[in-house]
Amino acid sequence: MQAPPLCYPGPLPRKDAAVLHIQVNGEDRNVTATTLTALVEELGLDPRKVAIERNLEIVPKSLHPTTTLTDGDRIEIVQFVGGG
Amino acid sequence: MTDKHSDTWTVAGRTFSSRLIVGTGKYADYAQNAAAAEAAGAEIVTVALRRVNLSDPSQPMLVDHVKPDRFTYLPNTAGCFTGEDAVRTLRLAREAGGWNLVKLEVLSNTPHLYPDMPETLRALEMLVKDGFDVMVYCTDDVVMARHLEEAGAAAIMPAAAPIGSGLGIQNRVNVRLIVEQAKVPVLVDAGVGTASDAAIAMELGCDAVLMNTAIAEAKDPIRMARAMKHAVIAGREAYLAGRMPKRRYASASSPLSGLI
Repeated sequence: MQAPPLCYPGPLPRKDAAVLHIQVNGEDRNVTATTLTALVEELGLDPRKVAIERNLEIVPKSLHPTTTLTDGDRIEIVQFVGGG
Repeated sequence: MTDKHSDTWTVAGRTFSSRLIVGTGKYADYAQNAAAAEAAGAEIVTVALRRVNLSDPSQPMLVDHVKPDRFTYLPNTAGCFTGEDAVRTLRLAREAGGWNLVKLEVLSNTPHLYPDMPETLRALEMLVKDGFDVMVYCTDDVVMARHLEEAGAAAIMPAAAPIGSGLGIQNRVNVRLIVEQAKVPVLVDAGVGTASDAAIAMELGCDAVLMNTAIAEAKDPIRMARAMKHAVIAGREAYLAGRMPKRRYASASSPLSGLI
Protein backbone atom coordinates (compact mmCIF):
# COMPACT_ATOMS: atom_id res chain seq x y z
CA MET A 1 0.00 0.00 0.00
CA GLN A 2 1.39 3.35 -0.96
CA ALA A 3 1.68 5.78 1.94
CA PRO A 4 -0.40 8.92 1.46
CA PRO A 5 1.36 12.29 1.63
CA LEU A 6 1.84 13.59 5.17
CA CYS A 7 -0.33 16.69 5.01
CA TYR A 8 -3.90 17.13 3.83
CA PRO A 9 -6.05 20.21 4.16
CA GLY A 10 -8.71 18.10 5.88
CA PRO A 11 -9.66 14.52 6.73
CA LEU A 12 -9.03 11.92 4.06
CA PRO A 13 -12.11 10.74 2.18
CA ARG A 14 -13.04 7.43 3.77
CA LYS A 15 -12.84 4.39 1.56
CA ASP A 16 -14.92 1.47 2.77
CA ALA A 17 -12.31 -1.16 2.08
CA ALA A 18 -9.35 0.83 3.32
CA VAL A 19 -7.61 -0.61 6.35
CA LEU A 20 -4.58 0.98 7.94
CA HIS A 21 -1.98 -1.02 9.80
CA ILE A 22 -0.88 1.00 12.79
CA GLN A 23 0.38 0.49 16.32
CA VAL A 24 -1.73 1.71 19.25
CA ASN A 25 -0.17 1.60 22.72
CA GLY A 26 2.36 -0.92 21.50
CA GLU A 27 -0.21 -3.27 19.92
CA ASP A 28 -0.47 -3.87 16.18
CA ARG A 29 -3.93 -2.99 14.92
CA ASN A 30 -5.85 -2.78 11.68
CA VAL A 31 -8.18 0.19 11.72
CA THR A 32 -10.64 1.75 9.29
CA ALA A 33 -10.38 5.18 10.92
CA THR A 34 -8.43 7.72 8.91
CA THR A 35 -8.20 10.49 11.50
CA LEU A 36 -7.32 10.58 15.21
CA THR A 37 -10.88 11.58 16.09
CA ALA A 38 -12.23 8.59 14.17
CA LEU A 39 -9.65 6.31 15.80
CA VAL A 40 -10.67 7.36 19.32
CA GLU A 41 -14.28 6.68 18.37
CA GLU A 42 -13.42 3.32 16.79
CA LEU A 43 -11.63 2.27 19.99
CA GLY A 44 -14.65 3.27 22.11
CA LEU A 45 -12.77 5.92 24.10
CA ASP A 46 -14.01 9.24 25.47
CA PRO A 47 -12.08 11.91 23.54
CA ARG A 48 -12.34 14.37 26.46
CA LYS A 49 -10.39 12.08 28.78
CA VAL A 50 -7.36 11.11 26.73
CA ALA A 51 -4.21 12.63 25.30
CA ILE A 52 -2.62 11.38 22.10
CA GLU A 53 0.91 11.12 20.80
CA ARG A 54 1.52 10.29 17.14
CA ASN A 55 5.01 9.09 16.27
CA LEU A 56 6.36 10.58 19.53
CA GLU A 57 4.76 13.99 18.88
CA ILE A 58 1.84 15.22 20.96
CA VAL A 59 -1.19 16.09 18.90
CA PRO A 60 -3.31 18.82 20.55
CA LYS A 61 -7.00 17.95 20.91
CA SER A 62 -7.96 20.72 18.48
CA LEU A 63 -6.01 18.96 15.74
CA HIS A 64 -7.44 15.45 16.26
CA PRO A 65 -10.17 15.86 13.58
CA THR A 66 -7.70 16.96 10.92
CA THR A 67 -4.79 14.69 11.80
CA THR A 68 -4.75 11.86 9.28
CA LEU A 69 -3.43 8.41 10.04
CA THR A 70 -0.74 6.84 7.92
CA ASP A 71 0.27 3.21 7.60
CA GLY A 72 2.86 2.37 10.22
CA ASP A 73 1.91 5.21 12.58
CA ARG A 74 2.76 4.62 16.21
CA ILE A 75 -0.01 6.05 18.37
CA GLU A 76 0.00 6.38 22.15
CA ILE A 77 -3.30 7.11 23.89
CA VAL A 78 -3.01 7.90 27.58
CA GLN A 79 -5.19 8.92 30.51
CA PHE A 80 -4.85 9.85 34.17
CA VAL A 81 -4.84 6.95 36.63
CA GLY A 82 -4.31 6.70 40.36
CA GLY A 83 -0.76 7.34 41.52
CA GLY A 84 1.28 8.72 44.40
CA MET B 1 5.62 31.44 51.86
CA THR B 2 3.05 31.63 54.62
CA ASP B 3 0.41 34.20 55.41
CA LYS B 4 0.02 33.75 59.14
CA HIS B 5 -3.40 35.36 59.32
CA SER B 6 -5.26 33.09 56.97
CA ASP B 7 -2.49 30.47 57.10
CA THR B 8 -2.59 29.49 53.49
CA TRP B 9 0.43 28.40 51.50
CA THR B 10 1.39 29.25 47.97
CA VAL B 11 3.24 27.22 45.37
CA ALA B 12 4.07 28.68 41.95
CA GLY B 13 1.44 31.40 42.40
CA ARG B 14 -1.35 29.02 43.42
CA THR B 15 -2.68 29.37 46.95
CA PHE B 16 -4.10 26.52 49.02
CA SER B 17 -5.63 26.16 52.49
CA SER B 18 -5.13 22.44 52.93
CA ARG B 19 -1.61 21.38 53.76
CA LEU B 20 -2.24 17.73 53.03
CA ILE B 21 -1.71 16.43 49.50
CA VAL B 22 -2.86 12.88 48.93
CA GLY B 23 -2.00 10.27 46.34
CA THR B 24 -4.55 8.31 44.36
CA GLY B 25 -2.80 4.95 44.16
CA LYS B 26 -3.30 1.64 45.98
CA TYR B 27 -6.96 2.15 46.98
CA ALA B 28 -9.52 -0.64 46.76
CA ASP B 29 -11.36 1.39 44.11
CA TYR B 30 -11.76 4.95 42.89
CA ALA B 31 -14.86 5.52 45.04
CA GLN B 32 -12.90 4.80 48.22
CA ASN B 33 -10.10 6.94 46.84
CA ALA B 34 -12.44 9.91 46.35
CA ALA B 35 -13.96 9.46 49.81
CA ALA B 36 -10.47 9.40 51.38
CA ALA B 37 -9.40 12.54 49.52
CA GLU B 38 -12.55 14.30 50.78
CA ALA B 39 -12.01 13.08 54.35
CA ALA B 40 -8.40 14.32 54.20
CA GLY B 41 -9.66 17.75 53.20
CA ALA B 42 -7.17 17.64 50.34
CA GLU B 43 -7.19 20.25 47.60
CA ILE B 44 -4.40 18.65 45.58
CA VAL B 45 -4.13 15.00 44.54
CA THR B 46 -1.23 13.36 42.75
CA VAL B 47 -2.07 11.38 39.63
CA ALA B 48 -0.15 9.21 37.18
CA LEU B 49 -0.37 9.00 33.41
CA ARG B 50 -0.73 5.60 31.75
CA ARG B 51 -1.88 4.00 28.51
CA VAL B 52 -5.66 3.59 28.22
CA ASN B 53 -7.00 0.07 28.47
CA LEU B 54 -7.86 -0.81 24.87
CA SER B 55 -9.28 -4.23 25.68
CA ASP B 56 -11.88 -2.77 28.06
CA PRO B 57 -12.54 0.93 27.42
CA SER B 58 -15.52 0.85 29.82
CA GLN B 59 -13.31 0.37 32.92
CA PRO B 60 -13.80 3.00 35.66
CA MET B 61 -11.73 6.13 35.17
CA LEU B 62 -10.06 8.27 37.82
CA VAL B 63 -11.48 11.52 36.41
CA ASP B 64 -15.04 10.25 36.94
CA HIS B 65 -14.49 9.77 40.70
CA VAL B 66 -11.69 12.02 41.87
CA LYS B 67 -12.90 14.92 39.80
CA PRO B 68 -10.51 17.43 38.31
CA ASP B 69 -12.96 20.28 38.93
CA ARG B 70 -12.91 19.48 42.65
CA PHE B 71 -9.20 18.68 43.11
CA THR B 72 -6.09 20.20 41.59
CA TYR B 73 -4.37 17.38 39.76
CA LEU B 74 -0.64 17.10 40.33
CA PRO B 75 0.59 14.79 37.55
CA ASN B 76 3.65 12.77 38.53
CA THR B 77 6.44 11.12 36.57
CA ALA B 78 6.31 7.77 38.36
CA GLY B 79 7.99 5.12 36.26
CA CYS B 80 10.33 7.58 34.53
CA PHE B 81 14.03 6.95 34.87
CA THR B 82 15.37 9.71 32.61
CA GLY B 83 14.76 13.39 32.03
CA GLU B 84 13.49 12.65 28.53
CA ASP B 85 10.88 10.21 29.89
CA ALA B 86 9.75 12.77 32.45
CA VAL B 87 9.37 15.56 29.89
CA ARG B 88 7.45 13.28 27.51
CA THR B 89 5.09 12.12 30.28
CA LEU B 90 4.37 15.59 31.63
CA ARG B 91 3.82 17.08 28.19
CA LEU B 92 1.14 14.44 27.66
CA ALA B 93 -0.32 15.23 31.10
CA ARG B 94 -0.43 18.89 30.17
CA GLU B 95 -2.26 18.01 26.97
CA ALA B 96 -4.65 15.66 28.81
CA GLY B 97 -5.75 18.16 31.42
CA GLY B 98 -3.92 21.42 31.01
CA TRP B 99 -2.04 20.84 34.27
CA ASN B 100 1.15 22.87 34.41
CA LEU B 101 1.97 22.29 38.08
CA VAL B 102 3.67 18.90 38.21
CA LYS B 103 5.50 16.52 40.50
CA LEU B 104 8.87 15.37 39.24
CA GLU B 105 10.12 12.04 40.51
CA VAL B 106 13.00 10.30 38.81
CA LEU B 107 13.64 7.21 40.85
CA SER B 108 16.64 4.94 40.98
CA ASN B 109 16.02 1.38 39.90
CA THR B 110 16.69 0.04 43.40
CA PRO B 111 14.70 -1.67 46.19
CA HIS B 112 14.62 1.60 48.18
CA LEU B 113 13.44 3.67 45.19
CA TYR B 114 15.30 6.73 46.40
CA PRO B 115 15.42 9.45 43.74
CA ASP B 116 18.29 9.54 41.27
CA MET B 117 19.33 13.08 42.08
CA PRO B 118 21.69 13.92 39.19
CA GLU B 119 19.02 12.78 36.73
CA THR B 120 16.30 14.56 38.74
CA LEU B 121 18.23 17.82 38.50
CA ARG B 122 18.71 17.35 34.74
CA ALA B 123 15.01 16.60 34.27
CA LEU B 124 14.09 19.65 36.35
CA GLU B 125 16.16 21.90 34.10
CA MET B 126 14.45 20.46 31.01
CA LEU B 127 10.97 20.91 32.50
CA VAL B 128 11.59 24.47 33.68
CA LYS B 129 12.78 25.33 30.17
CA ASP B 130 9.53 23.85 28.86
CA GLY B 131 7.41 26.12 31.08
CA PHE B 132 6.38 23.71 33.83
CA ASP B 133 6.06 24.59 37.53
CA VAL B 134 7.88 21.69 39.09
CA MET B 135 7.52 20.30 42.61
CA VAL B 136 10.52 18.04 43.04
CA TYR B 137 10.64 14.77 44.95
CA CYS B 138 14.18 14.45 46.30
CA THR B 139 16.42 12.94 48.91
CA ASP B 140 16.85 14.85 52.18
CA ASP B 141 20.24 16.16 51.04
CA VAL B 142 20.41 19.81 52.05
CA VAL B 143 22.96 20.83 49.41
CA MET B 144 21.06 19.06 46.64
CA ALA B 145 17.89 20.83 47.78
CA ARG B 146 19.66 24.14 47.22
CA HIS B 147 20.75 23.09 43.73
CA LEU B 148 17.12 22.21 42.93
CA GLU B 149 15.92 25.58 44.13
CA GLU B 150 18.57 27.37 42.09
CA ALA B 151 17.45 25.39 39.04
CA GLY B 152 13.92 26.74 39.47
CA ALA B 153 12.07 24.14 41.55
CA ALA B 154 8.63 25.39 42.64
CA ALA B 155 8.78 23.22 45.77
CA ILE B 156 11.28 20.93 47.46
CA MET B 157 9.82 17.58 48.52
CA PRO B 158 12.29 15.43 50.45
CA ALA B 159 11.54 11.81 51.21
CA ALA B 160 11.34 11.26 54.95
CA ALA B 161 11.85 7.51 54.41
CA PRO B 162 11.53 5.18 51.39
CA ILE B 163 8.26 5.42 49.42
CA GLY B 164 5.52 3.29 50.94
CA SER B 165 7.70 2.23 53.89
CA GLY B 166 5.70 4.04 56.58
CA LEU B 167 8.89 4.41 58.63
CA GLY B 168 8.27 8.06 59.54
CA ILE B 169 10.66 11.02 59.56
CA GLN B 170 14.11 9.43 59.62
CA ASN B 171 16.23 12.58 59.59
CA ARG B 172 14.59 15.51 61.33
CA VAL B 173 17.82 17.49 61.28
CA ASN B 174 18.02 17.46 57.48
CA VAL B 175 14.34 18.20 56.96
CA ARG B 176 14.66 21.17 59.30
CA LEU B 177 17.83 22.41 57.57
CA ILE B 178 16.08 22.20 54.20
CA VAL B 179 13.11 24.16 55.60
CA GLU B 180 15.39 26.88 57.01
CA GLN B 181 17.28 27.22 53.76
CA ALA B 182 14.41 27.16 51.27
CA LYS B 183 12.59 30.16 49.85
CA VAL B 184 10.06 27.89 48.13
CA PRO B 185 7.65 25.54 49.93
CA VAL B 186 9.07 22.37 51.47
CA LEU B 187 6.90 19.27 51.72
CA VAL B 188 7.68 15.91 53.22
CA ASP B 189 6.84 13.47 50.44
CA ALA B 190 7.02 9.74 51.18
CA GLY B 191 7.74 7.88 54.39
CA VAL B 192 4.83 8.97 56.56
CA GLY B 193 3.24 5.96 58.29
CA THR B 194 0.80 7.36 60.79
CA ALA B 195 -0.64 10.60 62.10
CA SER B 196 2.22 11.47 64.46
CA ASP B 197 4.68 11.34 61.53
CA ALA B 198 2.63 13.96 59.68
CA ALA B 199 2.47 16.13 62.81
CA ILE B 200 6.27 15.92 63.20
CA ALA B 201 6.79 16.97 59.59
CA MET B 202 4.62 20.02 60.17
CA GLU B 203 6.27 20.81 63.54
CA LEU B 204 9.58 20.90 61.68
CA GLY B 205 8.17 23.77 59.64
CA CYS B 206 7.21 22.01 56.43
CA ASP B 207 4.60 23.84 54.36
CA ALA B 208 2.65 20.66 53.65
CA VAL B 209 2.84 16.88 53.61
CA LEU B 210 2.26 14.52 50.69
CA MET B 211 1.25 10.94 51.36
CA ASN B 212 -0.45 7.98 49.72
CA THR B 213 0.24 4.58 51.27
CA ALA B 214 -0.27 5.68 54.89
CA ILE B 215 -3.92 6.35 54.05
CA ALA B 216 -4.55 3.80 51.30
CA GLU B 217 -3.12 0.85 53.26
CA ALA B 218 -4.68 1.70 56.62
CA LYS B 219 -7.33 -0.79 57.73
CA ASP B 220 -9.84 2.05 57.54
CA PRO B 221 -8.52 4.47 54.91
CA ILE B 222 -11.29 7.04 55.37
CA ARG B 223 -10.68 7.25 59.10
CA MET B 224 -6.91 7.49 58.59
CA ALA B 225 -7.46 10.26 56.05
CA ARG B 226 -9.37 12.15 58.72
CA ALA B 227 -6.63 11.46 61.28
CA MET B 228 -4.02 12.81 58.87
CA LYS B 229 -6.04 15.95 58.29
CA HIS B 230 -6.12 16.63 62.04
CA ALA B 231 -2.45 15.69 62.46
CA VAL B 232 -1.33 18.13 59.78
CA ILE B 233 -3.43 20.89 61.34
CA ALA B 234 -2.13 20.03 64.83
CA GLY B 235 1.49 19.99 63.70
CA ARG B 236 1.08 23.26 61.85
CA GLU B 237 -0.61 24.96 64.80
CA ALA B 238 2.10 23.71 67.17
CA TYR B 239 4.78 25.03 64.81
CA LEU B 240 3.13 28.45 64.64
CA ALA B 241 2.46 28.52 68.39
CA GLY B 242 6.15 27.88 69.14
CA ARG B 243 6.88 25.03 71.47
CA MET B 244 8.16 25.46 75.04
CA PRO B 245 11.88 25.03 75.65
CA LYS B 246 13.11 21.59 76.70
CA ARG B 247 14.54 21.30 80.23
CA ARG B 248 16.62 18.60 81.84
CA TYR B 249 14.69 18.67 85.14
CA ALA B 250 11.13 19.10 86.37
CA SER B 251 9.37 22.43 86.64
CA ALA B 252 6.30 22.17 88.89
CA SER B 253 3.05 23.39 87.39
CA SER B 254 1.34 24.17 90.72
CA PRO B 255 2.55 27.02 93.02
CA LEU B 256 5.18 25.97 95.56
CA SER B 257 4.07 28.69 98.03
CA GLY B 258 0.89 28.63 100.20
CA LEU B 259 1.15 24.96 101.01
CA ILE B 260 -0.90 23.86 104.07
